[in-house]
Amino acid sequence: MTRSVRTPAPTPAFDDTAGGLASLAAVAPAGLADDILVETGLVDRMAPFASPIGTLWVAWNGRGVSEVDLADDGPAAVARHEARSRRRTLLASALPEHLADAIARRLAGQRRVRIPLDLRGRTGFEVAVWTKALEIPRGEVRPYGWVAAEIGRPKAVRAVGTALGHNPVPLIVPCHRVVRTDGTIGQYSLGGPANKWTILAGEGVDPAALEDAARRGERLLGSATTRIVCWPTCRNARRIEPRNRVPFRSLRDANAAGYRACKVCRPTSIEAAA
Amino acid sequence: MDDSTLAEHLARDLDGTFESLVHAHVDRCYAIALRVLGNPHDAEEVAQDALVRAYRALAGYEPARIRELRLRAWLTTIVVNLCRNRGRRHAPPMTPLGSLAELGAEPATDPSSDPATLAAQADQRERLGALLAALPERYRIPVVLRHVDDLSYAELSLVLGRPEGTLKAQVHRGLAMLRAAAAGTGLEEMTA
Repeated sequence: MTRSVRTPAPTPAFDDTAGGLASLAAVAPAGLADDILVETGLVDRMAPFASPIGTLWVAWNGRGVSEVDLADDGPAAVARHEARSRRRTLLASALPEHLADAIARRLAGQRRVRIPLDLRGRTGFEVAVWTKALEIPRGEVRPYGWVAAEIGRPKAVRAVGTALGHNPVPLIVPCHRVVRTDGTIGQYSLGGPANKWTILAGEGVDPAALEDAARRGERLLGSATTRIVCWPTCRNARRIEPRNRVPFRSLRDANAAGYRACKVCRPTSIEAAA
Repeated sequence: MDDSTLAEHLARDLDGTFESLVHAHVDRCYAIALRVLGNPHDAEEVAQDALVRAYRALAGYEPARIRELRLRAWLTTIVVNLCRNRGRRHAPPMTPLGSLAELGAEPATDPSSDPATLAAQADQRERLGALLAALPERYRIPVVLRHVDDLSYAELSLVLGRPEGTLKAQVHRGLAMLRAAAAGTGLEEMTA
């Protein structure tokens, strides 16, 4: 190939061409270096996102969403996130459109919307707890003990509570749908229990009615026609006609009465922890 | 920090050092992509993609391998490969050199005007960039790496996997074509 190339003799103009080309070296657009660092997950961005409990501040990088926090203003949210993540964090005016859209759809109850998460540095146990919480549908709740049993650690109820309290991405991972094993609504990391009530009520759960029922010892709900027993917020339990509703204190009581556990909400699993 | 020091630091602490690598190389990655592709938007995407890929590759390398990397040539290889892939994906905007010379260059009535004069001002640089972008790829890439980025022929040979002699001839030929294009002279003959 090269032998067929006719190369003209160098001339002064030839060298000037090279000189002119050196002037074509360009400076990258402002922000490109930061874009690269965000994409690799070495730097985060943080932007506001409106929610029923106030302005959420969402941090993300190329690996996924790294934090959801409730804060009065951006600089405060950024400072907290930098302290927790130890990553430089840039304040942005808005989330990328696709991410804002995915979060809005997830909060609206679409569980299958893919939202990548950056969970570097988290333990396998924590990730297992959060992954399990993701299975709880909007409008339903499960006790800590159920999560513990479902992930194969039935005695780790307290650790499940701690892991949920450390959930860095509340609302996206719906830790608000996990309630205390005694049936009360319990604590919430994103601004306290009042917010947990607000969010659950917004999703169609009646927290007060749930707590009242638990206080009366009504932890499970059976159907007199199907003789199946569920968590009270299970979609199958909510379809039971009022006249056919049979409350139970425990799965053992239900089994003794000839009821079997629902295969959707699996109330069996709590037995070891309850 | 020179490249061998940078490689040493990357080998010891990738996450703590990668930002220095980005700042040291982002402008040249962008400039190479800009001059090879001739389009700022594509160049920005390629420069970003190249450095993100570099990070992911480094994250999978043993420290010994990172220490031995010749970072400048290695990063350039990534940029050039991405430029080529993009060129293959989107049909390359191959404006004939002759028409570009007519459109963008100084009036062809003055054949003595040379590229250095064109490059004296920003819009003249733009014209030179357009002429460069219209060179056939096998000349354009070596010319960009040698004369825009100032890589040595040894580094060019590493990046492009061609012998230095071949590259010298290609650069030589590319410059001659550029000069001719800028002067608006008989290109058809030279590219035949």
